[in-house]
Amino acid sequence: MNTAVPTKAVKKRWFRLGRVPQAVETDEAYEVASQWKLMWWKFKKHKIAMAAGVVLVLFYMSALFCEFLSPHLPLDRYTSYKNAPPQTLHFYDKESGFSLRPFVYDMKMKVNEQTFLRTFQPDTSKKYYIHFFVKGPEYRMWGLFKTDIHLFGTKDMRAPLFLAGTDDLGRDLLSRMIYGGRISLSFGVLGIVLTLILGLLLGGLSGYLGGVTDTIVQRSIDLLICIPTIPLWMALSAALPRDWSALEIYFGMVIIFSIIGWTGLARVVRGKILSLREEDFTMAARLAGASDLRIIRKHLLPSFASYTIVTVTLSIPATILGETALSFLGIGLAPPVVSWGVLLQDSQNLETLAHHPWLLWPAALIIVTVLMFNFLGDGLRDAADPYK
Amino acid sequence: MSIEMPNRNRPLAASIQDKDVILQANNLKVHFHLDEGRLKSVDGVDLIIRKGKTLGIVGESGCGKSVTSQALLRIVPKPGQVEGEILLKRNGGEETAEVVDLVKLEADGKEIRDVRGGEIAMIFQEPMKAFSPIHTIGDQIMEAILLHRTKDKKEAREIGLETLASVGMSNPKQRLDEYPHQLSGGMRQRAMIAMALASHPKILIADEPTTALDVTVQAQVLTLINELKEKLNTSVVFITHDLGVIAEMSDEVAVMYLGKVVEYTDVDTLFYGPRHPYTKALLNSIPSVTNRNTRLESIEGTVPYPMNLPEGCGFYSRCPKAQSGVCNAADIPLIKVRDNHYVRCLFAEDQNTGGEGQ
Amino acid sequence: MSVREADLGRGHDAVQGDVILNVQSLKKYFPIKKGFLQKTVGYVKAVDDVSFYIREGETFGLVGESGCGKTTLGRCVLRAIEPTEGSTVFKDREGRVSDLNELDNKELRKLRRDIQLIFQDPYSSLNPRMTVQNIVAEPLICNGIAHGDELRSRVRQLIEMVGLNSRHMDRYPHAFSGGQRQRIGIARALATNPRFVVCDEAVSALDVSVQAQILNLLQDLQRQLSLSYLFISHDLGVIQHISDRVGVMYVGRMVETARTEDLFRRPRHPYTEALLSAKPVPDPRRKSERIVLQGEVANPAKPPSGCYFHPRCPYAQEICKLQKPEWRKVGEDHFVACHLADELTLQGAIGS
Repeated sequence: MNTAVPTKAVKKRWFRLGRVPQAVETDEAYEVASQWKLMWWKFKKHKIAMAAGVVLVLFYMSALFCEFLSPHLPLDRYTSYKNAPPQTLHFYDKESGFSLRPFVYDMKMKVNEQTFLRTFQPDTSKKYYIHFFVKGPEYRMWGLFKTDIHLFGTKDMRAPLFLAGTDDLGRDLLSRMIYGGRISLSFGVLGIVLTLILGLLLGGLSGYLGGVTDTIVQRSIDLLICIPTIPLWMALSAALPRDWSALEIYFGMVIIFSIIGWTGLARVVRGKILSLREEDFTMAARLAGASDLRIIRKHLLPSFASYTIVTVTLSIPATILGETALSFLGIGLAPPVVSWGVLLQDSQNLETLAHHPWLLWPAALIIVTVLMFNFLGDGLRDAADPYK
Repeated sequence: MSIEMPNRNRPLAASIQDKDVILQANNLKVHFHLDEGRLKSVDGVDLIIRKGKTLGIVGESGCGKSVTSQALLRIVPKPGQVEGEILLKRNGGEETAEVVDLVKLEADGKEIRDVRGGEIAMIFQEPMKAFSPIHTIGDQIMEAILLHRTKDKKEAREIGLETLASVGMSNPKQRLDEYPHQLSGGMRQRAMIAMALASHPKILIADEPTTALDVTVQAQVLTLINELKEKLNTSVVFITHDLGVIAEMSDEVAVMYLGKVVEYTDVDTLFYGPRHPYTKALLNSIPSVTNRNTRLESIEGTVPYPMNLPEGCGFYSRCPKAQSGVCNAADIPLIKVRDNHYVRCLFAEDQNTGGEGQ
Repeated sequence: MSVREADLGRGHDAVQGDVILNVQSLKKYFPIKKGFLQKTVGYVKAVDDVSFYIREGETFGLVGESGCGKTTLGRCVLRAIEPTEGSTVFKDREGRVSDLNELDNKELRKLRRDIQLIFQDPYSSLNPRMTVQNIVAEPLICNGIAHGDELRSRVRQLIEMVGLNSRHMDRYPHAFSGGQRQRIGIARALATNPRFVVCDEAVSALDVSVQAQILNLLQDLQRQLSLSYLFISHDLGVIQHISDRVGVMYVGRMVETARTEDLFRRPRHPYTEALLSAKPVPDPRRKSERIVLQGEVANPAKPPSGCYFHPRCPYAQEICKLQKPEWRKVGEDHFVACHLADELTLQGAIGS
């Protein structure tokens, strides 16, 4: 890694000053650095974006390995621990003193005699130590092979371990959030893939061909963006057949989001193509006898690839939020599918919020995800044109 | 050796004590402290501005000529740091006038703001940068007048009208209520000159004011600046890369290279008896009548980047006369070779060959 | 094809010597569109009835102020933009004569090898995402001239020809200074061994000392490769230095063409005279009495009547307002569009 990065910081000075460095015989790395390398060097300077990138990678990794990471199954009910608050991890105990291995106390339910509300108290007499790679409930990893190893858990399968509390059916919220991440996070990416295809195709055609095609595409975009999104989403999702399976609904919604969401990207692509077509180097290629296809492939696509990445990064959170919003309203994904939006359905009424505030945890995850995507997009945007 | 060894701090013979000098810059430095190192945009510049005279500063892009002018007004962009001395005779350069060091003033303080626009005004290459697009020309000129000359709005408008007329603006009354974008390039330049002159500055700094203009319009603007200089007895600092314009406009010329003045003399000597190899090469590289159909003398290589430079002469890597161990041993001082002729070259004395026109 | 050898000299009263390019009454009108229906309400006559010719191995300098249409003219000659009207007769390397404006795209692409362009801006004219090797190789690949090892050695040869170090072939443009980038642009333009090169303000963005390097290079290459140049510039000094003949444009029209000596010694058009006199001379002892023109360049969308120059012309008479002046020959290789060309004795820049 170190050899690829210019050791003398001097080489990067022109990023700030917009100046051309004069040729210095050493430091080849800088002179032969491709656009992506220059972008990477510039991106690395953006500390917040770097951190956001790391957080997002962790999130997506956890979505990928959610079965293994979560201590319980998302649909398993622990009927004696309904609406249990989050437990705290302990390292110290009066009886046994300090222990490096964390443990949780058992919980005891008590009904308040005046309000009839159930409350849970830690029962310090019973401790459950937390172990790594323990046997737990059986699951199929990626639907491929059966296993029952979980990253962490207690040795006793029926012991309460609810680090984020449980919902009103006694399901472990932490596990549900981890599983929900898989749906919500993948939804953002899948949605954007289809959007990307539509946006690139329609925006590219619109920009490169111009004329009637351009007018038609542009007017459709105008039409699409003046319809308020939430009602449009609602109408389209309501139109999905009720008897579809969860997976079908999921893909149906991806399509709905792409149909509405491609407009922004198409505009960016079209604008970029229009300006690139006027660039001197495109004209030079034309005069060199390059065919249209070659110009698109060699000059136009590499030039706006970076901008496309930025636009995509900045529109993933919108898709995630959209899915969440619809599921929250009950017209998107529905239980038993677990997504962050579905989880938030449980916290729709004030009473829940007042008595079981931990049910709001999925909202925090959504906020963090959206923020991280925005930070990442910011950093990418700054790095997108390393030649400025 | 007949060379008078210079006083390192003040190599120029003239000083602010002289009657006709209204500004003197001593060892002026502008350094930008960047993550990557220290960028020496201006590195020890000495200048004298005389009353009613034009000092031309000429150099190629990146030589620090614009930053020098910004330093005189203390408008160097961040993170630039100004060091050295800029001694300005305030209150019109009378003998009794008080001398202030602009470097010591607070960069955004009241006093420096008083100097800006009041004593020293500036015009730029791109007039649209100097004007706000959302206010009329009149409002913007009047603002300067209200700040520096009168408090009465009606009178300010009158003065504004007069100034616009004095820069040869056709139909000044109407122009006063127009917005900058409604004017053509040449007219905008005139309007900017009017704005700069509205407060009766003692020194007018013109930073490439005609570079963006066509030749015929450039001729108009140059003539205008010269006429106004005569009429108002203003000193002008004229910054350009065009030696033709320098010949036309200046009384004295400072040639800059890599943040330093390499040659400083009157305009006639510069064109007929240049001593510094860079000046000579520069003069010989201008395509003109005399060298038609011959090869131009060009300077090999490119200007080094002014960061982490080695000791010695900045022109060392490109100079045909460079001697290892001599020129790159230590920084070269500005040496007086004649009255009012200073050269930053160790071999200045031996070379008597002329440049252009001989 | 209706074009013959004789067409190379057409319209210029028997031109002497081998003409490589003859432009006849070239026009480029850009429509001005307004309103909801994009109705054409008028035209910007960017190039308005321009005729000139270029001989083999010659440099024809085209000078004028911004907006006079010289760049548009250059692009029309290349057919980088489609001219509205007129003919551009060109003789290719096999001696075939054809009118560029009548060629279809396929034929045109074949001819592209012979006609190339050097751009003004050394920054925007090189794709920053391609290595120097790939940039210079592009014309060779597209025209099927070389591939594989041959391609690489040809590129190396080109890079060295323009004075760059061929070890730097794998670098990207951002590693080079303005002057070096311009050299890369020149190498690309010369890759296909063209016969005719349009230099569009090729040195205007460069510093004086670097400008001199590039001018020298262009002249050396011209001699080595017997190139013909159409050299477009707003800088009279550069034009004077490099051109054999010069054309002066004003608001889309050619007002004068002549041999460089003749033009600078004895201009026949008042605009040429004013232009020469307006140029600052790098000589403090020659602070000449200059003719300062009033006003600014006319708007090509709304040009004045008759001779476009009459509102600024110090010699203008009644006829100038009414009639467009004829393009006529006033001497060997000397053409002018002025009613008063025979009556006026104008001041040149060299002696008198």
